[in-house]
Amino acid sequence: KRAYKPVSYVDQMAIHFSLNGNMIPKDSDEGRRQSIRLSIAAEKAPVETSAVTSEEAEIKDEESTGDTQAAEEEEAEGSGTAEVTEAAEVEEPPPPRVKEQKLANQFNFIERASRTLNNPMRERACQSEPTPCKDFSATANQWKIYDAYVEELQKMERSKEKEKPKAQIAKKEEEKKKGRKLTSLELQSDDITKISKAAKIMERMVNQNTFDDIAQDFKYFEDASDEYRDQQGTLLPLWKFQYDKTKRLAVTAISWNPKYKDLFAVGYGSYDFMKQGQGMLLLYTMKNPSFPEYVFSSESGIMCLDFHNDHPYLMAVGFYDGNVAIYNLKKATSQPSYKSSAKSGKHTEPVWQVKWQKDDMDNNLNFFSVSSDGRIVSWTLVKNELVHTDVIKLSVEGTTMQGPEGLQLQTLGCGTSFDFHKKIDYLFLVGTEEGKIYKCSKCYSSQFLDVFEAHHMAVDSVSWNPYHLKVFISCSSDWTVKIWDHTIKTPMFIYDLNSAVGDVAWSPYSSTVFAAVTTDGKAHVFDLSINKYEALCTQLVVAKKKNKITHIQFNPVYPVVIIGDERGHVTSLKLSPNLRKMPK
Amino acid sequence: AEVEETLKRIQAHKGVIATMVINAEGIPIRTTLDNSTTVQYAGLLHQLTMKARSTVRDIDPQNDLTFLRIRSKKHEIMIAPDKEYLLIVIQNPCE
Repeated sequence: KRAYKPVSYVDQMAIHFSLNGNMIPKDSDEGRRQSIRLSIAAEKAPVETSAVTSEEAEIKDEESTGDTQAAEEEEAEGSGTAEVTEAAEVEEPPPPRVKEQKLANQFNFIERASRTLNNPMRERACQSEPTPCKDFSATANQWKIYDAYVEELQKMERSKEKEKPKAQIAKKEEEKKKGRKLTSLELQSDDITKISKAAKIMERMVNQNTFDDIAQDFKYFEDASDEYRDQQGTLLPLWKFQYDKTKRLAVTAISWNPKYKDLFAVGYGSYDFMKQGQGMLLLYTMKNPSFPEYVFSSESGIMCLDFHNDHPYLMAVGFYDGNVAIYNLKKATSQPSYKSSAKSGKHTEPVWQVKWQKDDMDNNLNFFSVSSDGRIVSWTLVKNELVHTDVIKLSVEGTTMQGPEGLQLQTLGCGTSFDFHKKIDYLFLVGTEEGKIYKCSKCYSSQFLDVFEAHHMAVDSVSWNPYHLKVFISCSSDWTVKIWDHTIKTPMFIYDLNSAVGDVAWSPYSSTVFAAVTTDGKAHVFDLSINKYEALCTQLVVAKKKNKITHIQFNPVYPVVIIGDERGHVTSLKLSPNLRKMPK
Repeated sequence: AEVEETLKRIQAHKGVIATMVINAEGIPIRTTLDNSTTVQYAGLLHQLTMKARSTVRDIDPQNDLTFLRIRSKKHEIMIAPDKEYLLIVIQNPCE
């Protein structure tokens, strides 16, 4: 109780000195080893050493606690068999020790670390120029893809075509041309001609708006009152076509284009022998009533015209001065492509009618013309020139005269109109100024097949019936219209119209309907299946006293007729249902 | 020259109020109206035409717009689109 109690730890304790001793017990293995070594060393060194004081002692408890006495006691104990005397010699400088192996054990390790200098960090940046960016947006529609494909296809086709010409020079030429083309296109970029197509469509649309009611009538109006009219019909006036330059000219010929059913050609000239002036050829379309599509002018009045069936852009035209010409609509010039002349055998009198024929054996275009000089001439287009062949000379029977020196002079009749049979190619009819109608064949050039004593005055028009192959119709200035069967010498029907008949035409939709126009401004429409003796419709088309009607034509598709008059006007009329009855 | 004639005839036609030619970007090239109205018409109608054409071609890529008519109470606007140009005519159909 009254002993000192070792207290392990005291708060107020301050350690003045602490030494980690390394003493090992003598009897342990290590201790013995060391003592042996030391003893060997001691033999060498005469110096007496207290080598026994083995240093390396394990002290587990490192903290020396308690008071100094206790510490000494521990040390003393720790030294084990260390002699007390030697304890005093601890203070002697420790003898030079043999280098001993330092044992590395898990309890006694020395950590050694070293630290290098950290290099100061420095940031270095480099920025490149941003790549130029551009905003691009587009929509990939189906049609854009389609367009791209089509372009590709065209490029491929063009490259294939380029491969075909073998000569390198040709290729270079083409490239040069392409280069020139590109530059010329660029020059034209401001040119207003690019808009020509749009302008054309627009003009038609504007006209449609203005003439809207007429357009509606044309399409849809059917005269309902026809039911009450007891088989009579009417002609509804539609558009009126006029052009200021033709105001003084008379309409001398009308023809519909075989390909474009709304396009028709009007020839202008003059019937007056004394007043011969210029001629004009205009092409109108029903889609644009206010302005003609094509305008051609010529020096001499045009008397007749005809479209080619297979080449709807070719028109044959006969003039008052006896010339014939071919106009090509595809070419932009206002002059005819081919024209006959005095050298090439033009007629000496006005050409009253021209008609295209089928291509001859050499595939040349050819047409016939009839004229007052009594010749029917076939013109062939051979290598860009018109070559003529006299087909028939209209000799008047029984009028051969005895001329000087014994020559037989044959007076020639004046042909005024002709028509070719639709099916029998070589058969055609010619009407003359004397009122006779000759049935002729292309094969026989001097003999007629037949003669009809038709009229008392000039035959203005003859026409075969498009369906009834034996029937033809003729009209004349002797106020009559006569219908014939070509095997019978006398006419089947005679109609007296009270005024000189200018023109007669069969309708394309019925074999019994035909129309005639008279110089008193009236149009007469007959239907033989309904009424054999009277016209179904007699209508005043133009002002009676000032104007005469000259020609009439049926539109091949629409129920419309166009009538030309002496003032240069062309009136279109719609046929009412009664006039349009199809035969059963 | 012929085109000029045609445009003149259209302008002189009965009921036509104005005529305009617009290029592919919607910039008026030629007009008979005053500038501000023209620019307004040009911008709006150009967009409309593009939309109409896109519609037609989306339905059938082989098809294309040939004409566009807008009939309103007061007048009728007719647009004829071309490859690079747009021809616009404003007409009063009834008079």
